[in-house]
Amino acid sequence: MTIDRVGGGALVLLALFVLFESRKLPYGNVQNPGPAYVPTLLAMLLLGFAAVVIVTGRGSAGVAAAGWGEWRHAVAILGCCAFMALALERVGYRLTMAASLLFLLGVVERRRLVTAVAFAVGFSGLSFYVFSTLLRVPLPRGAWGL
Amino acid sequence: MVETIQNLALGFSVALSPPVLLYAFVGCVVGTLVGVLPGVGPLAGISLLLPATFGLNATNAIVMLAGIYYGAMYGGSTTSILMRIPGEAASVMTCIDGYAMARKGRAGAALAIAAVGSYVAGTVSVVALMFLAPPLAAFALRFGPPEYFALLLLGLLVLAYMSGGSMPKALSMAAFGLLLGMVGIDQMTGYFRYAYGVVELGDGIGVVPVAVGLFGIAEILTSAGQVTPPPVIKPKLRELLPSRQEWRDSAMPTARGTVLGFLIGIIPGSAHIISSFVSYAVERKLSKKPEEFGHGAVAGVAGPESANNSATSGAFVPMLALGVPSGPIPAVMLAAMMVHGVSPGPMLINEQPQLFWGFIASMYVGNIVLLILNLPMVGLFVNVLRVPYPLLYPVILAFSVLGVYAVNSSVVDVWIMLVMGGVGYLLRKLQFETAPVVLGVVLAPMLEMALRQSLAMSDGSYAIFLSRPIATTLLAVGALLMLLALRPLVTKTFDWRARLALAEKGDL
Repeated sequence: MTIDRVGGGALVLLALFVLFESRKLPYGNVQNPGPAYVPTLLAMLLLGFAAVVIVTGRGSAGVAAAGWGEWRHAVAILGCCAFMALALERVGYRLTMAASLLFLLGVVERRRLVTAVAFAVGFSGLSFYVFSTLLRVPLPRGAWGL
Repeated sequence: MVETIQNLALGFSVALSPPVLLYAFVGCVVGTLVGVLPGVGPLAGISLLLPATFGLNATNAIVMLAGIYYGAMYGGSTTSILMRIPGEAASVMTCIDGYAMARKGRAGAALAIAAVGSYVAGTVSVVALMFLAPPLAAFALRFGPPEYFALLLLGLLVLAYMSGGSMPKALSMAAFGLLLGMVGIDQMTGYFRYAYGVVELGDGIGVVPVAVGLFGIAEILTSAGQVTPPPVIKPKLRELLPSRQEWRDSAMPTARGTVLGFLIGIIPGSAHIISSFVSYAVERKLSKKPEEFGHGAVAGVAGPESANNSATSGAFVPMLALGVPSGPIPAVMLAAMMVHGVSPGPMLINEQPQLFWGFIASMYVGNIVLLILNLPMVGLFVNVLRVPYPLLYPVILAFSVLGVYAVNSSVVDVWIMLVMGGVGYLLRKLQFETAPVVLGVVLAPMLEMALRQSLAMSDGSYAIFLSRPIATTLLAVGALLMLLALRPLVTKTFDWRARLALAEKGDL
């Protein structure tokens, strides 16, 4: 399987999904286009471009050749991002950042625990001070006011 | 002319006030850092710093964000010359001859030529911006919905054409970005589209989470697992002065790079990247000793570095005069201006002269600050490169989350960033350009509104686009580009876009 065919295939699915979902909205007519008019037009264009990508993609590189060596790191980082999104407003900026940095440095990057703790606590505290206190950017404090 | 000089005097009275000077300086320092650090481009830098400008007035905020943009162009050359790692994409071409000069013991001279070339280009191109933006804005007052639709469509087509690699892939990415921009409340009917009950999506998908996800997070995911940075060549201060011959060799390439960069900057596309590539190709073609290219040719540093700096000013022309961003970075700048209640476009220059001319004047000041930052203080910035990537990326990640959250105080934006980060990672692996996605998200509401208004005006006839001279001309240029993009398929040869793609991948 080549990268162009995989990418093109994914875009075809996306275009079909948009066309399917657009049925729920009024299409209008060409004199008075409704909210589904332009999305439908775009989805059809996407379908066309994706089809061309698939058709012309026979000679492109294979998916395996793209080099996926870092995927474990990438999944861990995305997981950490998801944790941040879930925890940010619940436990507050400082605790969320400290826990996330500790995980990334201590578990993912296997740095010494003392270094990881010092870095995580120092960064979360300092960045909160700079952005929230000095620059007045509203950052969440969570249920415990942290 | 006299009016322009009077306006510029007004601009300098704004730009030289202590708060504006301070924010221009901060923007330049942050921009240089952003340029120096591999993996943090100006787009991510501007997006991340956007929330920090919320407490500032519009002029201070825009001056600081613009400082980050052109500061990154200066900083990007440092890593290219000293480490053969482009700090940001526009410095790819500088890696070739800049690093070769460094290995010959001319690192200081290469840095000086890059910095002085950037300064000259930055300053001259601001003069051009100053004279070109007001008449263009006056001309844009003649634009109605059909003209705006044609202009926006042309912008997307040019960006797709200018992107290296496959045109169908770039166009599919533009369509993908436009579809993302359809999410939220329909401006004309009030219908909720593709929001699935998420109230926060009513305002649509923001450009900042999309940009940070596609550029910042995707870069982190791709670079994860990198252990130690490569060695850095550290120049001494006394080595910074180029020889007389090197000055002479850099003069014409700097001049050509300035003109070329500014012209390419006005055209939609990732101008700063394309301009450096085109400048390098032009210099190699014009050189009496083309064999020196790749082995430390001064012109190979002076041309691309001048061009990418000049392109940043050029990119501001359509943004300020027409309210139409020409690429992903001006798109984020446009969003930033809107956050501060400023609407770029034909009326900006007349309605907010202090902001417009203060911004122009601050760019003169900023270029001087950057020259000072990038020559005597280069050693200081080089030290940042010694921070191991496993320590650096968690900080960038934390700033990404902070920056994206703070724009709307919304966790939904953080989720969008996360999803776009994953999508951006996959798109990179599958060799899709991500810049058209960002531009598509920004242009989608304007494009849709212009199309629907045009159709309403013509009672449903698409012929309206062919009955108005400006719209017809713009669409004809777009059609011509599509035909040009098809040419390599017929002739089975590499055009300059394919060579650009190879250069960005490091295969050239």
